[in-house]
Amino acid sequence: MDIIISEWKKLAKKIRIDILKMTSEANSGHPGGSLSCVEIIITLFEHEMNLGKGSDDPDRDRFVFSKGHAVPAQYGYMLEKGILDPEEIHTFRKQGSRLQGHPVKGRTPFTDFNPGSLGQGVSAATGMALGYKMKQSPQKVYVLIGDGESDEGIVWEAASAACHYKLDNLTYIVDMNAVQLDGATKDIMNLGDLHKRYEAIGFLVDEINGHSFEELLEAFSHHEEGKPHVILAHTIKGKGVSYMEGNYAWHGKAPNAEQLEIAIKELEEA
Amino acid sequence: MSEKKLLATRAGYGQGLLDTGALHDDLVVLEGDLGAATGTTAFGKAYPDRYIEAGIAEQNEVGMASGLAAAGWKPFVTSFAIFTAGRACEIVRNAIAYNNMNVKLIGSHCGITPALDGGSHMCIEDIAWMKAIPGMVVLNPCDYNQTRLMVKKLYEYDGYAYMRTSREPVQCVTSMDDEIVIGKAQVLREGQDLTIAATGIMTTFVMEVAERLAEEGIECNVLNYHTIKPFDEETLIKYVRETGNLLTVEEHNIYGGFTESCRAALFTKADNIRTDYVAVEDRFGETGTRLSLYPIFGLDNETIYNKAKNLLNKE
Repeated sequence: MDIIISEWKKLAKKIRIDILKMTSEANSGHPGGSLSCVEIIITLFEHEMNLGKGSDDPDRDRFVFSKGHAVPAQYGYMLEKGILDPEEIHTFRKQGSRLQGHPVKGRTPFTDFNPGSLGQGVSAATGMALGYKMKQSPQKVYVLIGDGESDEGIVWEAASAACHYKLDNLTYIVDMNAVQLDGATKDIMNLGDLHKRYEAIGFLVDEINGHSFEELLEAFSHHEEGKPHVILAHTIKGKGVSYMEGNYAWHGKAPNAEQLEIAIKELEEA
Repeated sequence: MSEKKLLATRAGYGQGLLDTGALHDDLVVLEGDLGAATGTTAFGKAYPDRYIEAGIAEQNEVGMASGLAAAGWKPFVTSFAIFTAGRACEIVRNAIAYNNMNVKLIGSHCGITPALDGGSHMCIEDIAWMKAIPGMVVLNPCDYNQTRLMVKKLYEYDGYAYMRTSREPVQCVTSMDDEIVIGKAQVLREGQDLTIAATGIMTTFVMEVAERLAEEGIECNVLNYHTIKPFDEETLIKYVRETGNLLTVEEHNIYGGFTESCRAALFTKADNIRTDYVAVEDRFGETGTRLSLYPIFGLDNETIYNKAKNLLNKE
């Protein structure tokens, strides 16, 4: 596993650089929350999910990128893995590109829901998991949620349904980067203790460092029959770029050429 | 008419689910704790494994339907119109329509006839909300039989659609043997004097008025718009060109409703047509029965009759 993790760490660095390059070139996008979920994306796609014969395989596991504005992390992964053409990095957020600002089914691979309106991916993923359960299919459903996104009431409606229907084929991963568009999540809307909230509803709860592949792997290995699983992954908004880390100003702002150069240098030297 | 059995379109929906659900085991119903009111309870009893209770959480009810459709089911999402089309409107827009999911959305208790519940429950905006969504099919069948048949049509239609149903028992003016086509108005009566285009249960009242007018020697075309979108311009234009006039009748706010769809068609396709409408005049509903509220809101048979006569007198 050590060998794999060392490779994943190199991969994470490349994806972070891709995120910065694509948002910078587009002069648009959400680098902060993309940089925070890179290890989560890698662990999901490299290890946890059954991707079957590929994106078109109807029997593969499903992934809903509910905090869809952070999709550069997934685009970066797919660029590095050759699922997307390397040249496509230059098309992000440009008219006619399949790399839409928020991912769109049928345009990019491994896109199982068109997110963008926060909270709705959680609800749809919960419906998918219920649907597979009703069909007695072994397929699993994973949904990546923002902690800011968790302000949305529909997240909690869905969470209740996930427990009510005992969806143990469903995993919520909350990217707990603690920052949203206008400031710190605790200042914008304090949701209290998410661990206790999910536990009270009836989830199997893991709370980990979301930049640690070891902790992610350990958390994903947990399963309890009859319970949906939530992984509260504590991360750093803007992870890897000193001037972006923990700073809400980089939620939805792209680096300019000079800032990009500094950021890439930092990542390469780290 | 009074000796005829009165039935609500919500009951036709419930029976339609039983009819179509018996033939297709991928049809699932989502309910928001209103089964006894919306007509889905019998389906739930017959097919408990295909009846999904979402609780009093219409946003998640709609969102989960998107996921269920992705997993290969054919969901019928049911609640009151004010909640399906209103409360969950943006979830319908993004999780269903923008995701292009094959989900059928049902809004019962439309219009101002949810009896005594009052204005909070009386949905006079759902047609406007739903028809503004790109690609959304909007249905408003007129009676029990037509709603029952429409469930089969909805199941067969591969895409997202909204259908409104009503709590108010009305007479049946259509037959179970009728051929209905989504997107094609049904001609219930033909006459050379006046064209009345109606939608939903108002069609049944228009048929009563048309009979009264016929007794006076005035013959009407009655066009039953069970489909509001896609809008059947062809039928409307054909008949209004023949009579030179049009009365539209709907149980919806005048803004954004069926009348506006007719106006849009006339705007580009027909000139010199005398028109009037029967619709809710931009006000909320209130507690009361149909018989007590309709005259106040100008939706009663007398108003329809007077407006019809007035259109003719202008000649």
